[in-house]
Amino acid sequence: MKVRVKFRKYGVMKFIGHLDVMRYFQKAIRRAEIPIAFSGGYSPHMIMSFANPLGVGLTSDGEYFDIELKEPIASSEAVARLNAQMVEGMEILSFVEIPDDKKNKGMSIVAGASYLSIPRKGTLPAGWEEKLKEFYRRDTITVVKTTKKSEKEVNIRPMIYELEARSQAIYMKVAAGSTQNLKPELVTEAFLQYIGCSEEVSFAQHRLENYADTGTEGAPHFVPLDALGWEIA
Amino acid sequence: MRKLALSDEILLKIEKPARYIGNEVNSVIKDPKKVDIRFAFCFPEVYEIGMSHLGMQILYDMFNRKDDIWCERVFSPWVDLDKEMRKNQIPLFALESQEPVKNFDFFGVTLQFEMCYTNILQVLDLAQIPLHAADRTLEHPFVIGGGPCAYNPEPLAEFFDLFYIGDGETVYDELFDAYKKWKASGQERKRFLEMASEVEGIYVPAFYDVTYKEDGTIASFLPNNPHAPQKVRRQVASDLSKTTYPLKPIVPFIKVTQDRAVLEIQRGCIRGCRFCQAGMVYRPARPRDINMLKETARAMLKNTGHEEITLSSLSSSDYNELNEIVTFLIEEFKDQAVNISLPSLRIDAFSLDVMSKVQDIRKSSLTFAPEAGTQRMRNVINKGLTEEEILSGAGQAFEGGWSKVKLYFMLGLPTETEEDMRGIAVLADKIARRYYEIPKEQRHGKCQITASSSFFVPKPFSPLQWATMCPFEEYVRRAQIVQEAMRDQLNRKSLKYNWHTAELTVLEGVFARGDRKMGKILEEAYRLGCLYDSWDEHFRYDLWVQAFENLNMNMDFYNLRVREADEIFPWDFIDCGVTKQFLRREWEKAMAAEVTPNCREKCSGCGSAGYKGGVCFEGTR
Repeated sequence: MKVRVKFRKYGVMKFIGHLDVMRYFQKAIRRAEIPIAFSGGYSPHMIMSFANPLGVGLTSDGEYFDIELKEPIASSEAVARLNAQMVEGMEILSFVEIPDDKKNKGMSIVAGASYLSIPRKGTLPAGWEEKLKEFYRRDTITVVKTTKKSEKEVNIRPMIYELEARSQAIYMKVAAGSTQNLKPELVTEAFLQYIGCSEEVSFAQHRLENYADTGTEGAPHFVPLDALGWEIA
Repeated sequence: MRKLALSDEILLKIEKPARYIGNEVNSVIKDPKKVDIRFAFCFPEVYEIGMSHLGMQILYDMFNRKDDIWCERVFSPWVDLDKEMRKNQIPLFALESQEPVKNFDFFGVTLQFEMCYTNILQVLDLAQIPLHAADRTLEHPFVIGGGPCAYNPEPLAEFFDLFYIGDGETVYDELFDAYKKWKASGQERKRFLEMASEVEGIYVPAFYDVTYKEDGTIASFLPNNPHAPQKVRRQVASDLSKTTYPLKPIVPFIKVTQDRAVLEIQRGCIRGCRFCQAGMVYRPARPRDINMLKETARAMLKNTGHEEITLSSLSSSDYNELNEIVTFLIEEFKDQAVNISLPSLRIDAFSLDVMSKVQDIRKSSLTFAPEAGTQRMRNVINKGLTEEEILSGAGQAFEGGWSKVKLYFMLGLPTETEEDMRGIAVLADKIARRYYEIPKEQRHGKCQITASSSFFVPKPFSPLQWATMCPFEEYVRRAQIVQEAMRDQLNRKSLKYNWHTAELTVLEGVFARGDRKMGKILEEAYRLGCLYDSWDEHFRYDLWVQAFENLNMNMDFYNLRVREADEIFPWDFIDCGVTKQFLRREWEKAMAAEVTPNCREKCSGCGSAGYKGGVCFEGTR
């Protein structure tokens, strides 16, 4: 039985990198005695895959991993048992069964993610909300992407699906996953440059949700990853 | 939400911020207003090393079981954070509360190896605690040291208020009671140290005066305070079943060196290898009760979620119920996908059988620690492992499918000849020959015999404490002799030889048997920039040499001089249970290449029977 677990990562846990979060959950699942399935061999490991790994320094309300169970357990029971084993900064939000088909394999379904970018240092200048609208209305937003080997100019505008002011923060929904992936800091940096205050302001990036696209070509329909599953009674 | 001592900007700039945030599973948070004693337990190395230490987990658990004490952890900030803390004047903090340790009652430092001594000055310095005990006031914590290097605490005497000699499970209660009484009394700092020195096993270095002869050796070592005893007796937990054991050890977020549950099956060792300090200072060998071990294993795995468990002890094969405990672990936890990681065991039918159950034979290797290349040399060090035993063990293993062997040796042992050095290569080759005796179609390609050697460092309270070390160049020469001998062997293509660098050995030797005068050297080296000396990339031998030059002192005095039978050693004020007469007798037998039977075969009257426990009384209860 395949199961998707949704969790929240906040507070000091933002300093724990993706691989260590994975180790953390492997141990937590053992402590909570969740009936998880293992691979074979001399050093069996849990069958587990994470969606869209979160970078160090980011917090999130919508992180996911999939596991395989060797026997069923009620969703409410599993959430309660896991939460009893969490440290401050980690919270289990849902535990749902998902279809056991190829399409769901390896979290390849992640298509988008939404973020809240909250100024951590400095404040945005008055009237920035209007500027953000202006910025979003542009056809092309060019940023320089630096990799180990090269620097190249990329138009990130097609990867931004929503962008708006929400009180003192910037909300965005952007492309995520293996085909196209946009980091929120690329958007905020481009915006700061656009309004000419990239020196003064820096953001704390908070992920709100990871989405799958259940729509059709040209008409995307984003749903949270756990909406593809159902509660286990 | 928890507030951290370091800003997000700093934490996102440095390597592995998880080292500094605390919050791990099973770490303990208490209300500071509800405790009497704040204890900062420091392992002066990087987090991943310190968190792998069982002793810290034992004491952390033991202290925190008491309502009136809050014990927290401190590690050496890595070099990147070290710079940030100095630049921004951030005082060293404890991981749990994230509060500066300078405001704590105790700053405890575990002394696991000599080459972390500069890190001790680093943590004191970053903590904004005066380096010298003499400069501390009522505002500062008491700095207490313990662990294996406390068996010669003298190089650190100036920097510590007190040392705890012996098993941590014994007299801390008494010490804390004294502390609470003193704190309530509002008396001067010195008064607590006087009360502490009346607790058996506590050494207050300021209460002893050392005078030196013209040749630099000690003339006298005497108490200067009526409360301080002539001799400080090592404290021993005679019955380990009556001590606490951490059932909920802390689970680090990041991968640490020892990333598994650790089950200490016994303390002490029956063997009596003459180079080994641990084999003497943890006497008598005290096995833990098997039922307690089984319960503990279950509880630890349940409470940590670790996917691996290992056994810990000196010479684990001497644990009487080893077969039972290993079989239990395999049967109990195999279904839960828990790996059993075995300590190095004597190679025999039993160990090969369990190894084949828990490891992939093709990938794993056998480990032998002959320590020396010839039987004569092994007799000198009283290492009771014979060539026949090694060859028959290896032979059985090869027939069972193994093809990799690791061998551990020491070079620079007293009385060592060129034959002994070359003997390392000869022994390695004999093992390879044994492998190729197996018909070609039954073996799996070539075998791989890896011999590693480290240079011998004489340690206090070991029978070889009288030994003279070698000059630096001589160590290199001896390693080259082994290297060349390896090339002369028939199966040279199956042999590999590694050796550890000699610079560290020389310094380790200086500190292992150093006296109080070494404190100045340590401070000078730290001032020159020495830190993390046990890390190749940070070790600066040139700066250490500079420190000795600047203070006009000589390493050779500590390493190359002949120590006479009647010399007063800096550590002689400690009564560690094993008598100096016994150690001397063992030294003389070493020089005559005579072996001494182990504790189970025959009691040698070392003195530790006075602790009324363990192997000394086996079968009499």
